[in-house]
Amino acid sequence: MKAAAFDYLRPAGLGEALALLATHKDDCKILAGGQSLVPAMNFRLARPAILIDINDLDELDYLRADADQLKIGALTRHAAFHRPVVEGPLGTLLAKVVRHIAHYPIRQRGTFAGSLSHADPASEWCLVATTLRAEMVAKSARGERVIAASDFFHGTFTTALEPDEILAEIRLPLMTPDWRVGFYEFSRRAGDFALGMAVAATRVEDGTIREARLAVGGVADRAIRLGLLEDQLVGKPASLAIIDAIAREARGMIEPNGDIHASPEYRRDLIAASVKRALTEALA
Amino acid sequence: MNWIGRRLPRLEDPALLKGGGSYVADRAAKAAAVSFVRSPVARGTIVDIEIPSDATVFTGRDLVDVKPIRPILHRPDYVAIGQPVLPIDRVSFCGQALAVVVADDAALAEDIAEQVFVDIDVADAIINFETALAPDATPVHPEAASNVLVEGRMKTQGLDKVFADAAEIVALDVRSHRQSAAPMENRGGLAEYDAGSGRVTLTASVQMPHMLRTGIADTLDMPESDLRVIAPDVGGGFGQKMSLFPEYVVLVWLARKLKRSVAWIEDRRENLLASAHSRDQAFSLRGAFAKDGRLLGLEADLRSNIGAFSCYPVTCGVEPLMAFAELPGPYDFAEYGVRSRGVTTNTCMMAPYRGVSRPTLTFSMERMMDVAAKRLGIDAAEIRRRNLIKAFPHRSPTGLVYDEGSYLQAMEVAIDAADLPAFRARQSALRTLGRYLGVGISVFSERTGYGTPAYAARGMDIVPGYEIVDCSMDPSGDVVLRIGSSPHGQGLKTSLAQLVSDELGIEPHRIRIISGDTDATPYGWGTFASRSMVIAGAASKLAAGKIAVKLKTIAATLMETSSDNIELKDGWARVSHSNQAMEIGALARAAYHQSHRFEGLLPGLHENAVYDPGGTFSNACHIAFVEVDIETAGVRVDRFLVVEDAGVLINPMIVDGQITGGVAQGIANALFEEIVYDDTGNLLTASFADYLPPTAAEIPEIEIMHMETVSPESVTKAKGVGEGGAIGAPAAVVNAICDALSPFGIELFELPATPQRIREALRRAGGASYA
Ligand SMILES: Cc1cc2nc3c(=O)[nH]c(=O)nc-3n(C[C@H](O)[C@H](O)[C@H](O)COP(=O)(O)OP(=O)(O)OC[C@H]3O[C@@H](n4cnc5c(N)ncnc54)[C@H](O)[C@@H]3O)c2cc1C
Repeated sequence: MKAAAFDYLRPAGLGEALALLATHKDDCKILAGGQSLVPAMNFRLARPAILIDINDLDELDYLRADADQLKIGALTRHAAFHRPVVEGPLGTLLAKVVRHIAHYPIRQRGTFAGSLSHADPASEWCLVATTLRAEMVAKSARGERVIAASDFFHGTFTTALEPDEILAEIRLPLMTPDWRVGFYEFSRRAGDFALGMAVAATRVEDGTIREARLAVGGVADRAIRLGLLEDQLVGKPASLAIIDAIAREARGMIEPNGDIHASPEYRRDLIAASVKRALTEALA
Repeated sequence: MNWIGRRLPRLEDPALLKGGGSYVADRAAKAAAVSFVRSPVARGTIVDIEIPSDATVFTGRDLVDVKPIRPILHRPDYVAIGQPVLPIDRVSFCGQALAVVVADDAALAEDIAEQVFVDIDVADAIINFETALAPDATPVHPEAASNVLVEGRMKTQGLDKVFADAAEIVALDVRSHRQSAAPMENRGGLAEYDAGSGRVTLTASVQMPHMLRTGIADTLDMPESDLRVIAPDVGGGFGQKMSLFPEYVVLVWLARKLKRSVAWIEDRRENLLASAHSRDQAFSLRGAFAKDGRLLGLEADLRSNIGAFSCYPVTCGVEPLMAFAELPGPYDFAEYGVRSRGVTTNTCMMAPYRGVSRPTLTFSMERMMDVAAKRLGIDAAEIRRRNLIKAFPHRSPTGLVYDEGSYLQAMEVAIDAADLPAFRARQSALRTLGRYLGVGISVFSERTGYGTPAYAARGMDIVPGYEIVDCSMDPSGDVVLRIGSSPHGQGLKTSLAQLVSDELGIEPHRIRIISGDTDATPYGWGTFASRSMVIAGAASKLAAGKIAVKLKTIAATLMETSSDNIELKDGWARVSHSNQAMEIGALARAAYHQSHRFEGLLPGLHENAVYDPGGTFSNACHIAFVEVDIETAGVRVDRFLVVEDAGVLINPMIVDGQITGGVAQGIANALFEEIVYDDTGNLLTASFADYLPPTAAEIPEIEIMHMETVSPESVTKAKGVGEGGAIGAPAAVVNAICDALSPFGIELFELPATPQRIREALRRAGGASYA
């Protein structure tokens, strides 16, 4: 379990990193926290000829909130979210979710941007980005573009990023204090990838749901936003009946994948349970 | 001061905790790296192995002179199968080593291994019982007529009658899926060639260093004296590190061939793929019960998947024959009929794993008791009360003799501690809120510390069992104990030091224990089968006892009294009813330097002793409390209680550690760990992302209480305790799950009880909240 031979480059600044990416393209891979890439290299499932280590790019190590967005720089580690990074529902949600990502030592190294770039179907951050309609800022020597979450994830381990691009920043919309959030995940052991999970966020006025966000993860090749169900929620009274109905609908509308830990049938049950619990929390 | 019975911190720990431990990999830095090319398929014929030019690679063709590993049982129903260290023509399981690469470092060795091209003519693999036992199945091994390599059968005379008379017959089909012992440290070996002597020293992470020396010498046809085997610090073994593996033979062969040092440090993928597996068992039981719940007779058809080869030295009989002999467990009944088969398949070899067949057989019996109790309308504890062994010695239907135990008492103590009435109240209150709590009991016996008679009875060609210990005290009064047993992390040195301290009246830190080095210890059997404390402990006590006698004679001579008047304690030899005393160090010095003064005594203080017992039975009761989330089918173990009777506790802290670790593995067996192959024999669980040892988060604190039944069968009064935790826990946990799900009438008979299996059972029972 030793990686195949590779060259290792450690650019000092973003410009240099982008130049290297432009030169080496498909032959290279960015090394961030290394918590997905290095195991894959040791299994020889990934064998990049060149590693471009971005850990010296201090300009990407930031977390900022402006008027309506939280901006997460590429070197922000999972552990940064252990305590709410912004006041209000968004900070609460991120702090709740982060505890389900791997284990403490891994969270000290692994990055938010690394999770999105890696695009594991059961990544919590990918689910959050999908649910909340995040924007991804990709940079390359050619320039910069902003990609909507709905366009970013292409499937298991594949994204819209080009080989010469770095995911420099993720932008999450801030949520006003009248939003409520919920998250539920089922995994076999503490720290395992989810077999099923859901994020829900709702804004309720006078007992009526005005806005809703709902998505599930860990059940297909990418997180799935349940836009239809979001629409169904809007205008309805917050009630156990609507939660139950939505959970049942979610269960029926997704064709989940199966593996040794969860058959498609069992994953459907987990979709229902996760949606129900996340929504219950968000409507509490 | 007495040392026995004290929670003495382990003497091993300061070094281990401060990074001073020394494992194989710590010693391998200077050696050339070895990597094995492994079969990507489960079954086939090797057409060709293409080797990159100018690489150091060897295949089976280079090792034609090496004998296969071929353990023997002298039984008419046993078919001996040879395991080639590297095969020439036939591939028998996915992960089997086919070629070996030597390179300057491990990464380079893996690079070369990738370039070795193996052309295999693939055949349909036989993976499970259904295909292996089909009437038209092709044998996995052409030299065997069928895929049954060992079979035990017996039937008592009155069996048919008790079934005819039974008030209730409970039949169940139990399935235990395959597991790995998953020691924290994988296998590994360093073979060093000494140019001066031509000897090879193999340092390896193993449990039976002497056996390994014999086995390797036999297969390589070399004198044992040319090989030294060292087991340094070993990071867990649990049985997986008992067997002679082809990799170790190849390492010694390479060192001799290349006249250089070579090392192989196994990675986790290899360990899961190609070390050894266990517990792949299908048991069908029928119990004949009287109306009052008494078990009158038991009929069983037991199948154990032994994989592609027979493990050396204990053979593929280890699971099936233990199941055959010990299924009756802690219950008192006379009529028994059993057929137990070891079935070969194109999968990784089975070898012992903590508890061997007993986790599955305890699971089977304890599930049967719960089902019978429900059918007969008897309480789960009550049906056990009526059936547990109460008189000793007890003779089981298979002829095993159980020494004094506390089967009933241990259960009563556990039930008291469990406060079942309070639990039942909580259980019914929470059910109305849609929460499902359950409690499960498991009672079992554990045959431990058995010597040669037990192994000879199995017909083993190599009969292990005894232990030899050399004990010497140096002129300063410090003691060296050389033991044939070989600890693999369980604190044996501390417990032995406590025993010997009481024998000699000196402090444990003055006792140094040398183990795991065939050049420095007497021939011994290492560590397995909950034996070390009972057998190596007794031999240590007896050897030290001989030195104590000698010390007393010397003291009596020097202080002019009778040796009956001498007591050895706290570093002194004291004359009773007087204030006369001499330091033990002074006596030791006299034994060496003034030996002419002690008529009839040989100079020095050097003794040995051998112990070869019949065996002693430990017993325990486990009670598990769980909560099942019926929507996700997630199970949480809320509380776990153990009442253990392992005789006298030498070091209660170490005993509790053994139980806690065992229960953790038992909970893993109940809920998490499962080796999965696909239909072609390809392993799907090749890392800890898919093979799931629980983390600390999934294991509750284990509450432990002790009974201390003193058995005449053990010199140290200790019974074995290494395996019990793992034996009892699966049954307790699954019984608790079934209790939690009793409103749905769910009975589970499969290990592990994974969420998707539980959820499937709920679905079938109509308890699925989402149709
Ligand atoms: C035992 C274990 C358990 C885990 N459990 C979970 C879990 O439950 N949930 C979960 O979500 N994750 C889990 N992970 C993965 C972990 O969260 C990783 O940290 C994360 O997936 C990747 O982040 P990284 O910074 O480590 O990226 P790396 O491993 O360095 O890189 C991953 C991939 O992303 C690319 N990449 C990284 N950063 C960028 C960037 N800025 N721009 C473009 N490409 C980039 C790399 O080239 C590589 O292809 C687990 C990991 C381990 C080892």
